[in-house]
Order: sequence, then C-alpha cells, then structure tokens
Amino acid sequence: MPLRLVKNAFDSRPGPRFFTQPERLKDSYDVVIIGGGGHGLACAYYLAKEHGITNVAVLEQGYIGGGNTGRNTTIVRSNYLTPEGVKFYDKSVQLFQDLANDFDLNIFYSQRGHFTLAHTDSALRTMRWRAEVNKHYGIESEVVDREDIAGACPELDLDCGGHLPVLGALYHAPGAVVRHDAVAWGYGRGADQRGVEIHQKTRVTGINVSGGRVTGVETDRGSIKTGTVISMVAGSTPRVTNMVGLTTPIVIHPLQACVTEPMKPWLDTIIVSASLHVYVSQSSRGELVMGASLDPAELHSTRSTLDFTEGLMDYLLDLFPFLGQARVMRQWAGMADMTPDFAPIMGTTPIEGFYLDAGWGTWGFKATPVSGMTMASTVANGRNHDLIEPFNLSRFERFALVGERGAASVGH
Amino acid sequence: MKLIDCPFIGPRPAAEFVYGGAWRPMPDAEQCSDAEWGCYVFHRDSVPGTKRELWYHGPSGTWLVAERDTLTDRFLRTMTLGQAMAEEASHA
Repeated sequence: MPLRLVKNAFDSRPGPRFFTQPERLKDSYDVVIIGGGGHGLACAYYLAKEHGITNVAVLEQGYIGGGNTGRNTTIVRSNYLTPEGVKFYDKSVQLFQDLANDFDLNIFYSQRGHFTLAHTDSALRTMRWRAEVNKHYGIESEVVDREDIAGACPELDLDCGGHLPVLGALYHAPGAVVRHDAVAWGYGRGADQRGVEIHQKTRVTGINVSGGRVTGVETDRGSIKTGTVISMVAGSTPRVTNMVGLTTPIVIHPLQACVTEPMKPWLDTIIVSASLHVYVSQSSRGELVMGASLDPAELHSTRSTLDFTEGLMDYLLDLFPFLGQARVMRQWAGMADMTPDFAPIMGTTPIEGFYLDAGWGTWGFKATPVSGMTMASTVANGRNHDLIEPFNLSRFERFALVGERGAASVGH
Repeated sequence: MKLIDCPFIGPRPAAEFVYGGAWRPMPDAEQCSDAEWGCYVFHRDSVPGTKRELWYHGPSGTWLVAERDTLTDRFLRTMTLGQAMAEEASHA
C-alpha cells in the first residue's frame, strides 16, 4: 500500500488538493465575497491576480460550484442582441479561450459552433438583427440557410415533422461548451494560491450597515469586520439584498435541465431553438445535455417536474425523431434570478461598500470570467468598469433598461 | 396531477392556469416620484414566503388572487379579485 495512503489514514484532515481549508475566519478582511460559485471565485482570483488584493474571504454556504455553476448547460457564446451585451459576453469568450493556460488546468473547452434555429419569419428577422450587431463588433455570427444546417447536423429533421419547419439559423462559430466544475476549481485554486481564503459551509446571516456604509458581515461561524461586501449569489440575491434593505427587480424562477444516457458521438454542434424552447449539445461523455425555458412562476426550490421533461421531449422529438428510444438519466434545476430586461445587475449600489453581481437568470455561466474580472476592477478602483456601467441597479429608476432579447429561453 | 382551487368553478388542473406575477397595490402615479414609480413597475420582493399572486384561468378567462408558499409551491388559499381587494381595504 502506498505510504501516502497510510499517512492520510492517521491525519485528522485530508491534505489540500485544490484548496487549503482555513480552520477559522479572521476578524476582518478587506473584501468579503458572498457566494463561492464561478463568479465569486473568479472575482477573488482577479482581485488577487490583477489588483494585488489578497486579504479576501469567499463565503459559501454549501460547497464551491455547487449552485448554478454546477447546474447550467455549460454553453459559452457571445451572439447577443444589444451592443452592451455583445461587448460584455465577447470579452467573456476571449477570457474563456485563454483560461486553461491561465489556470494550467484542462477545462475541456470545446468549440462546437452554435446554431440558433429560426422557425418563423419574425425569428429569422431577429437572427438577422443579431448577426448584424454581432458583425459590427467583430464577432463571427451569420444567418445560414437550411442546406448549411443540414450539412452541419444531418440528423436534424428540418421540417420538424411538419410542425414549425426550420427556415434558417443564426450560426455562431465560437459557440463552445466547457467543463463547468473545472472553471470553478481553476478559479478557486488560483485564488487560494494567491492568499484568498475560501470558506465553505459558511452561511452569511446578516450584513452590518452603519451610516449608509457596510461595516461587517455576520455568519454562522462568527462576525467579520469589512468595508466591502460583494454579493455573488445567483438565486439567493433577494435574501442578501434584504439584509441591507435594498430591493431589486429580481424574481427567482427555477430553470431545469436534464441529460440522457451516454450514446456514441453524433452531435458536434450546439443546437438551440428559441421557438421550441430547446437547447441541446452532446457532452464529452456522450450524454445529451438539454435545457428548456424557465418554470412559469416564482419558486425558491430546485425540485424537478414531469411537466418539464414532457414538454422538452415533445419538442426535442420534433427536431430529432430518432431519439424516441433514448432515456433521460438525470434531471435537476437551478434557481435563476430573472430581471425584466434579461441583463444582469452589476456594480455599485446605494449602500457604500456593497456591490451586486446578480440578475444572472439564464446567462450566468458564460459570463463567469468577465463578471469576475469587471467586478474585481470595480471594487479595486471604486467605480464601475466600463463594460458593466449599463448594467447598474440604478437603470430601473432611470427607465434605461438594456432589452437583451438574445438571452437563452427568451422567445422571439 | 396538481390542482388549483378556482374560486369560481372549483379545483382545476394547474396546467390550465397562467402565473400573473405578484399582486401589489399601485401608488398614485400623479403624486409619486420617478424612483417610486420605477420601484413599483420593476422591483419585487422575491424572498421565499407566502405571497399573494395574480393567476389567470385560461379556459374560463378569469383572473384570481392566490396565496402561495414560494418555498414549497403549495397553494394555501384562492380568492376572487373582489375578495382580495376587500381584505386589502379592511387591513388598511
């Protein structure tokens, strides 16, 4: 038996693998990040790496990457509709493409090409609009016809069994899938190596505000003094903003996804249909990873429903009739914090020292690197990064909404 | 099958109903500031709890108010808009 195993058996705790696990919280930190998902860990990473701010605690009530970071369908793309969204997500794609080198860790970044199918004239018009906005900002994005789609994905029934035939698609070559856990681990390890403390199983119970500024954080493991708190908790944002007396337009809806049993590789692109509310890609394990639209009403639960699988399969079989025998293996849900304009809420708030990185609805995973980078810059410099200025919470009282209709699960 | 108790025609399958968002009192548009109006139009209180919500029963074309626990997705009570408004008035 290797000696190392014997040694571990007598150790009180396992040795660090990706991160050290600090024994206790310090009395004070320069920055406290609530939420140890991709966004929180990325922000900690860039704070330490780009800005030299290392006295940082990431507080996570569960385990890292166990929330929406581990529950999405891992698609990365930048073919959004608004100039604000396109520039923001394009930066994210660029960062993603370099992440494996940055981390020295294989994140299984797999560029597949991304087809958004249009089944109606109005959808095709939106695709054309998106393609023109994308091209203006130098992003590979074009409207393609039925022959192009058939060439890339011959298994697809372009007539959808006679129900809403495909007219064309928006093709986005840089569309990719990534191993989502590895993104969280890579950022976590990088932050940890630079001195950031990651505290798992640490629940924030209150935020102390005095004279309009943040003074500390209460947790179930004790109090912390800090002048800067960043909330990066998709799905729990209203509970955190309640602690500082802020309201937001965020409403929590579950977003469900599922995977089939593994099968031989046959699908090497990402196929999305906004009209049929389906997005599907094949993982490197061979499973089809699929998602649909949001559950229809507010709910704070990650329960799964039969309604979701029934509805999704109905549409999936329109696109790929031969999958009738495929079995669904797992089904799960994440809590998506939806905003009225399908854009995030980021940056400064009326409470000094309290920063929001929220409203990540159905578009949070693909924004992991750029949100971490821009939030770190915002906190380090005390002013909103240019890329996130349009996403500030104050846009709702100024009636200056972003109107991002290129988001997933949004009909056109 | 999940049922919702319509105050007009009794329990019906949940799939027949459409969520209409939180039921909230509207501020006086003439009196309030832009910020207050923006708050009414956009801001919501999406912490888990028992919420009063608008639901629409599609087949019969009626709106109703439901009290629902947003942590467990249980419908606790349903009432007509008239009942809900009368209750609101008696609380005020």
